[in-house]
Amino acid sequence: MAILEVKNVGKRFGGLQALSDVNLSVAENSVHAIIGPNGAGKSTLLNCLVGKLIPDTGSVMFDGQSVLGRKPYEINQMGISRVFQTPEIFGDLTVMENMLIPCLAKRDGAFQLNGWSRVVGQRDMIDKAEEMLRDMRMIDKRHMPAASMSRGDKRRLEIAMCLAQDPRLLLLDEPTAGMARADTNNTIDLLKQIKDERDITIAIIEHDMHVVFSLAERITVLAQGTPLVEDTPDRIKGHPKVREAYLGESQDAA
Amino acid sequence: MFGLEKRDTLLLGVVIVLTLFAPFILNPFPADSGLAQFNAGYPDLMQRFVIFGIFAIGFNILFGLTGYLSFGHAAFLGVGSYSAVWMFKLLSYNVVPALVLAVIMAGLFSALIGYISLRRSGIYFSILTLAFAQMSFNLAYSVLTPITNGETGLQIYTSDPQYLQSVDAPSFPNLFGAAMNSSTTLFFGGWTFTFSVGYYFCAVFLILAFYLAIRIFRSPFGMMLRAVKSNQQRMNYTGLNTRPYTLAAFVISGMYAGLAGGLLAAMDPLAGAERMQWTASGEVVLMTILGGAGTLIGPVLGAGFIKYFENIFAKINDNVLHGWFAFMPDGIEDAMVAIIHPFVGKGWHLTLGLLFMLVVIFLPGGLVEGGQRLGRVFRRRDKNAGSVEADAAQQRSEAAE
Repeated sequence: MAILEVKNVGKRFGGLQALSDVNLSVAENSVHAIIGPNGAGKSTLLNCLVGKLIPDTGSVMFDGQSVLGRKPYEINQMGISRVFQTPEIFGDLTVMENMLIPCLAKRDGAFQLNGWSRVVGQRDMIDKAEEMLRDMRMIDKRHMPAASMSRGDKRRLEIAMCLAQDPRLLLLDEPTAGMARADTNNTIDLLKQIKDERDITIAIIEHDMHVVFSLAERITVLAQGTPLVEDTPDRIKGHPKVREAYLGESQDAA
Repeated sequence: MFGLEKRDTLLLGVVIVLTLFAPFILNPFPADSGLAQFNAGYPDLMQRFVIFGIFAIGFNILFGLTGYLSFGHAAFLGVGSYSAVWMFKLLSYNVVPALVLAVIMAGLFSALIGYISLRRSGIYFSILTLAFAQMSFNLAYSVLTPITNGETGLQIYTSDPQYLQSVDAPSFPNLFGAAMNSSTTLFFGGWTFTFSVGYYFCAVFLILAFYLAIRIFRSPFGMMLRAVKSNQQRMNYTGLNTRPYTLAAFVISGMYAGLAGGLLAAMDPLAGAERMQWTASGEVVLMTILGGAGTLIGPVLGAGFIKYFENIFAKINDNVLHGWFAFMPDGIEDAMVAIIHPFVGKGWHLTLGLLFMLVVIFLPGGLVEGGQRLGRVFRRRDKNAGSVEADAAQQRSEAAE
């Protein structure tokens, strides 16, 4: 069953047709990768899914409900969490506070004017946050300002923050961009572990083919704002259209 | 204690001691000595310290925690003052209804302005608040003259109804009979200490305001406000609408400003439009940054610092300077006076400006950061001194054997 259904989505920026007629269906509890050369419209598509952009045409349904016209925080409440290309965390706050905020947000659901209670009094939430940090092997860093951590740790923290909200769909925007090989492999292992342990759907935008082919169960190739093909990793690898889109004329030269 | 961590309890204790003993602490020089003009322990100035301290504590809840820089907070101070004076005019000189209305009106007013201004962030937010404050100033100054008495300022006349004023109650703002301007003076040696009802009334509010600020800083709400400052995007993608948080912070700080405005009117029952002008809004920004934005004690220090300069440095005139340098030969005396002249008296802003520049450049965390650095230096020296003494003790014991 499809948890995310994108139908005929189009988006135009001035004279540039960034997306046209995009159809995409992400099955529940699968890992779906969206790949494509630079400027193919991957990020635009993602922004349309989370409410940052509103598509000009088409529909985006999540679990039977339309996400169009909803604000990012409302879409998040529906169960979609997003991991950014550059980790978006609360850099001035400690790692522990970073972890507590999504826990509290999930518990409270909405704005709470709890200016009189104490952070240290939220025992159950602190336990939950500590458990998440222990899972991520970051518990010893809990008093550090989040901004002072390494890139790989920031990424792990951001993923942990998203998971603390028990999302049904996790969207990742080039999660290993700019990472060293070792960090990339760690991230792949982490995502595999998440997929095995949880009822979660993962949609991932990625440049790195190594990451895509080690994780994805289905792959959609996007080129010039339109899906070119959608298939399993094995079939995508040898697909002539994909080679053409990625390699262009250099294929003949080689 | 009081639901606070140990360090916060200590800080609160320090603030309580400092405010309660301020008449002594701020009067270190005997009344007849040449340095007596540096004494700040007289009621009028001490009241300003605590009232603007309250104003700055509230401003810091908005600016220090969420990072939204409002340039219009003086409007809420003014609203508080006008509301309080109206209560004096209509009901009685009792300060309780005056302060209650001041806080409520400032809260409503800030909810309105905040609701509109917070649709934007950064510089656009600042400009919106500035525009609203200037509109309020102009309304108070001219358009709303029936309510604000225009440029004369709102004051109390004998013809005012004062429906609840009893005959034997003091004809000055009072708390159930204790007039704000009454005081007792203690003469001790060459020193003169004045204890006024008004000061201690304000001091109690400062302590309460400070305690509430600590609670807010350490609460989940305070943590969310810091998260808004740190990364608004992540807040949105964490399922939290940031608007209610920033609006709540805005209204709370507006109510603090209203309380400060009400207290100003309680100390001196008149309200003028100049209290709402943009320079007054800028002043609280300076106080907060000078003391240390986002720290608990910083805004209070900044408020004290600026009010001290405004009142003490402004009083030093050429006669005083000549008195100081009288021991020098005439030519040099005149030269010294000429050099210092631009920095004192009417030129106190120049000194303040230079100090502000020095603090912002060398101590971006404000006076609080300066204090922390000093503390670190002393702690290191203590440790060194401690080890030296230990060495000496060891040598002594070895020698004894």
